Amino acid sequence: MKQSRSLNFILGIYVVLIFAFVFAPIIFSMIFSFNSQRFPTIPLGEFSTEWYAKVLADPDIWKAARNSLIVSCSTAVIATFLGFCTAYSDFRYNFRFKGPYLALILLPPTIPLIIMALAMLAWLAMLAWLSKIGMSGQLYSIIIAHSVLTAPFAMAVIRLRLNQMDPDLESAAWNLGGSEWQTMRHVIIPFCKPAIFSSLFLTAAVSFDEFAVSWFVSGLNSTLPVVVLEIVQGNIDPQVNAIGTFVFLTSMTLVVLAQLFFASRQIKGIQS
Amino acid sequence: MSSNPEQRPNLYALTWRLPIIFWQLIFFVGPVLFMVAMSFFLVKNYRMTEAFEFVNWSRMLTRGFFWDSYWYTIGIATLSTVCAMCIAFPAAFALAFRASESTRRWAIFLLIIPFFTSYLVRTFSWFVILSESGVVNAMLGYVGLGPYTMLNTNFGTLVGYMTLTLPLVVILQTVTMANIDKNLIEAARNLGCSPLRTIWQVIIPLSKTGLIIAAIFCFILSFGDFVAPFYLGGSQEPTLPILILDTTKSGQQWPRAAVVAIMMMVTLFAIAFTGIALAYRKGKGAK
Repeated sequence: MKQSRSLNFILGIYVVLIFAFVFAPIIFSMIFSFNSQRFPTIPLGEFSTEWYAKVLADPDIWKAARNSLIVSCSTAVIATFLGFCTAYSDFRYNFRFKGPYLALILLPPTIPLIIMALAMLAWLAMLAWLSKIGMSGQLYSIIIAHSVLTAPFAMAVIRLRLNQMDPDLESAAWNLGGSEWQTMRHVIIPFCKPAIFSSLFLTAAVSFDEFAVSWFVSGLNSTLPVVVLEIVQGNIDPQVNAIGTFVFLTSMTLVVLAQLFFASRQIKGIQS
Repeated sequence: MSSNPEQRPNLYALTWRLPIIFWQLIFFVGPVLFMVAMSFFLVKNYRMTEAFEFVNWSRMLTRGFFWDSYWYTIGIATLSTVCAMCIAFPAAFALAFRASESTRRWAIFLLIIPFFTSYLVRTFSWFVILSESGVVNAMLGYVGLGPYTMLNTNFGTLVGYMTLTLPLVVILQTVTMANIDKNLIEAARNLGCSPLRTIWQVIIPLSKTGLIIAAIFCFILSFGDFVAPFYLGGSQEPTLPILILDTTKSGQQWPRAAVVAIMMMVTLFAIAFTGIALAYRKGKGAK
């Protein structure tokens, strides 16, 4: 018994160390963002908001932030729509080639981003050349690529919610005279609403952070993570920490919102 | 509930089924297939021209630097997988068997947070922490050690890989082990099985599938990442993703980059399929 207690203690410390490793870069980046030194080390320099002032005064960063906002909002809407359609099809129907159908949506996250980036870059350049529309280097090329990457997450979140639905609910609505479309509008969509919001925030957060594909296809319209990538390539510049802290807070807000909707849906699930 | 597979889908069914098919065919299958086709194209005067030549393939696959990079990438991704699996295991074990249900849930929630923070910013943070005069060396200096060179080494690359993969591996391992029937472990202990032997002969065989899937994900992530080897490893030995980056960005040699990308995908699929086959094979240990 005694041995097991000391073992538990050691394991506890070990878990804390793992968490320290995982969170060290996040926490240090926040500390460094308020530190006056250009090459931060211990002991820390003075408290300063210099880097934030620099970031806020940079019009390129504002433009990138605006681009990021447009990209992540549009991606969230498209990916959630695609995810909903697929989740519902999977829930309601059995059909031939369902395996390949599901693979089609679930496969992209298993392919390294750098490969997706190259493939997207070449494909969009070719489409642009064929259609004579400047497709590469435009914001919508990032939106398209991000929708492919994030749709699986949307599908998973909404599919989980549909799992909680009593399958008889839909037939009950039909028996009461509702058409399939009316049932969709008045029964299924309201039931999935929390998951739909959850998926919107989740996909927006993923898109807001993605840099590899954005960097390849963005051209001159870079998003915030691409600006970070470009700054980091040059030299050590603590502005990155300031931007990182801002991005972190944005993403965390989105994730917490997603989580809140997730929690509310569980409470409702118990009530119904 | 589910309709008969032979039944003809009506307009309603197609409305929900078709969007993703069109979208993924145009923007996922299309790009990947085009990349395969592109690997046979030629580049003349910095412009890509349609062709069906094997010159890109023979150029890349007969060069020593490609194979050096290939085996180096496989080696370091394997090392990263082994490290992540071993480092994560005790933590996952503690969270699965020693922690309460609510602690476990909180731990998993905390481990999800890193997925939503910029990996780039975290890497940059490590770059500063690990540098010659950084936080780690300053702390080691107080106890009279160092300074050690940690950047531009394989150690630096591995720290980056761990930043990327460790949270996911801990989550997957924890969830897998938490799902094991506790009675089986009790039974093993009651029958006089030592703790270490219980881990080796009961817990690991029972969680084999989940563990292998965690390892596959870890390998895929490390294999495809260009940030850690570039910024923390200094890319003295370029990994395949860095090779793609260089070939695409500097030389405009998209077809050759496509060759590298296809080689990567083939390797990943081979490893993933072998892993999955192993994961779902009836083990001798389990049952």
